[in-house]
Amino acid sequence: MQEFFHSVTLDRDKCMGCINCIKRCPTEAIRVRNKKAYIIKERCIDCGECIRVCPHHAKRAIYDSLDVVNQFEYVIALPAPSFMAQFNNLEDVDIVLNALLDFGFHEVYEVAKAAEIVSAATRILMKEGNLPRPVISSACPAVTRLIRVRFPGLIDHILPLLAPVEVAARISKREAAKKTGLPPEKIGTVFISPCPAKVTATKMPLGTEKSAVDAVIAVSEIYPKLVSVMKDTAAHPMQPLTEAGKIGLSWGSSSGECSGILNDNYLAADGIENVIRVLEDLEDEKFRDVDFIELNACSGGCVGGVLNVENPYVAKTKLYRIRKHLPVSLNHIDAVSSEMMWDTPLEYVPVLKLDEDVWTAMEKMAKVDEICATLEGLDCGSCGAPSCRALAEDVVRGLASADDCIFRYKSNITHLLDDLHKLENYIPAPFRPETGEEEKKEE
Amino acid sequence: MNGLKWTYEVDGSDFTRAGEASSNVKKNLRKLGVSPEVIRKVSIALYEGEINMVIHANGGKIDVEMTPEKIDMVLADTGKGIPDIEQAMQEGWSTAPDEVRSLGFGAGMGLPNMKKYSDEMRIESTVGVGTTVYMTVYIK
Ligand SMILES: Nc1ncnc2c1ncn2[C@@H]1O[C@H](COP(=O)(O)OP(=O)(O)OP(=O)(O)O)[C@@H](O)[C@H]1O
Ligand code: SF4
Ligand SMILES: [Mg+2]
Repeated sequence: MQEFFHSVTLDRDKCMGCINCIKRCPTEAIRVRNKKAYIIKERCIDCGECIRVCPHHAKRAIYDSLDVVNQFEYVIALPAPSFMAQFNNLEDVDIVLNALLDFGFHEVYEVAKAAEIVSAATRILMKEGNLPRPVISSACPAVTRLIRVRFPGLIDHILPLLAPVEVAARISKREAAKKTGLPPEKIGTVFISPCPAKVTATKMPLGTEKSAVDAVIAVSEIYPKLVSVMKDTAAHPMQPLTEAGKIGLSWGSSSGECSGILNDNYLAADGIENVIRVLEDLEDEKFRDVDFIELNACSGGCVGGVLNVENPYVAKTKLYRIRKHLPVSLNHIDAVSSEMMWDTPLEYVPVLKLDEDVWTAMEKMAKVDEICATLEGLDCGSCGAPSCRALAEDVVRGLASADDCIFRYKSNITHLLDDLHKLENYIPAPFRPETGEEEKKEE
Repeated sequence: MNGLKWTYEVDGSDFTRAGEASSNVKKNLRKLGVSPEVIRKVSIALYEGEINMVIHANGGKIDVEMTPEKIDMVLADTGKGIPDIEQAMQEGWSTAPDEVRSLGFGAGMGLPNMKKYSDEMRIESTVGVGTTVYMTVYIK
C-alpha cells in the first residue's frame, strides 16, 4: 500500500515562505525550506487548517475534475449533507438532487441517507455493548488520522463503522449494478466533498483496503455550475428523490451525528484545537458518564469544510431551516451488515517518536532539552520550524541545524566580529614594539 | 546518562493550569516511544496527584525521573497534610470543599486511582508540614 497520499498540497509558485501555516498545523507537519513551505507527509492529517490560514492561497486540495462525470457509463452523485446548506433560499432538497441529474449524473444517492443508516447501526452496536466507552465517531477522517498518529490509547474507542460516504458508495454501486446490469467498473460513484480529508480518505482509506468511492469533486467547483443548471431545473417538473430525514441532514454540522444516537450522554467538539483538547482529556479518563463523542476537525462541523462556499455559521442555520419539516429519520435497519463495518483494523503510526529504542530516544530528548536551552525561546518561526523546541527536535533528528535560528546566527556573527577585533588588535611577538620590559628581564 | 528528569512547579492558586505537568510528561513519553498503556497509567496517576496538590495543598513540586525500566514520580507539597492516610485512601473519602465539588471533583477517587494506575505507591504525610507521594510505573 502506498503510505502517504495527501490531498493537501503546496502551490510552489504562490508560496512566499511565510510562517502562517507552520504555526497553525496541529501536528507540526510543516517547515519552511528554501523559502517555500514543505509538508512532512507522514505527519499530515489533511485537516485543511493550512489551506484556511494561507493568505497567499498557496495551500490547496487536490481533487478530481468535473470531467469524471464523462468517464463512466453510469455515474452516481453522492452529495454530502453539508452541500444542501450552500444554497440561498433552498426550501426543498429535491431541487438540488434534480439539478444534479440535469447536470449529467445518472443517479443521486444522498450521503445523508447513508448517514441515517450509519446512525442506526451505531445505535445497534452501542446497545450490544461490546465497544469500549466512550465511543468516538469515525466520520471525520482528519480526526481519525490525528488519533492514529497522536492518541494511540484511543484507537480502540473509534467506532468501527465506515463513514456515511463510503456506505453510500457501496450500497449505491451494488444497487446500480443490479438495476443496470453493468459491471461495477463501469459505474462511477462521485462524492461531492466539503474537504480534502475526504479526498485522502478515498485514495488511502482507513478501516478498509479499498474505497468504493471512485472520484471526489469539490463543492466549490461544482457549486457555480450547479446554480446555473438549477434555474432550468426549477422550471420543469421534478422527481421526488430525497430519502433522508432530519438525522441525515444534521450530520452536516457539529453535534448532528450525536443527535442520531438518541441518547443524551454525548459530547460534540468541533475545530481541531478543541478536538485535541477533548482527546487529551479523554486519554486521561477525565470524562465519566459519556457514551459517545463526536469530533469534527472543522469549526461548526462539515459545514466548515474548506471546500464549501458558504460561511459555516450561515450554512448551519440554513441546514436547520431545511430539515425543520422533515421526518426524524427515513432509514431503519434491523442488523448491521458487514458491508458497513471496518474490515481492516487501525494501527498506531508513531510519527512523533524520536527513536525506536527507548534509551536512544531518551538520549535524543536530553539533547533536545540541551539545544532548546540555548535557543531564544521566542517561537518566532524564522528558522522554518513552528517553535524553538520543534527546531531542537529537527536538529536531533538530523533535519536542521541549530544555527538555523536567526538569533543564534546573529550571536555567532557577533562572536566572530569580537574575535576578529581581538585578532586585529593583537600584534604577534616578532612585530611587537619593545616595551623595555624584555631588557629588564635580561638583567 | 542516568535518566531523564523533569521538574514542575504546581501553582496552587491557578486551577486552570492544573494538569500541565501530566500533559507535558505525556507528550514527552509519547516522543520517547513508551507504550500507550504505560503512558496512560502515568498520566492518569500524575493528573490525580497534581489535582490533589492544587485542591488540598495549595500547590507544590513534582519530580519525574525516567529510566528505560521505570518512571518514578515524587509529588511534594507543604500543605496541611493528611491525618489518616488509610482513611484517605478509601474510595469515596473526601474532604473537598463544596466549590470544588461543583466542578466535578471530590468524589474521593483520586488516591485510589493513583494506587490503581501506579505499580508502586507510598505516601508520607505530617499534619501541618506537608505530604509527599511517591509513585512508580514500570515500563516493561
Ligand atoms: N496532597 C494532599 N494534601 C492534603 N490532603 C490530601 C492530599 N491529597 C489527598 N488529600 C486528602 O485525601 C482525601 C482523598 O483524596 P482523593 O484524591 O482520593 O479524593 P478527592 O481529591 O477528595 O476527590 P477526587 O480526587 O475524586 O476529586 C482528600 O479529600 C483530602 O482530604
Ligand atoms: S469536519 Fe467534515 S469537512 Fe471538516 S475535515 Fe472532518 S469530515 Fe471534512
Ligand atoms: Mg483527588
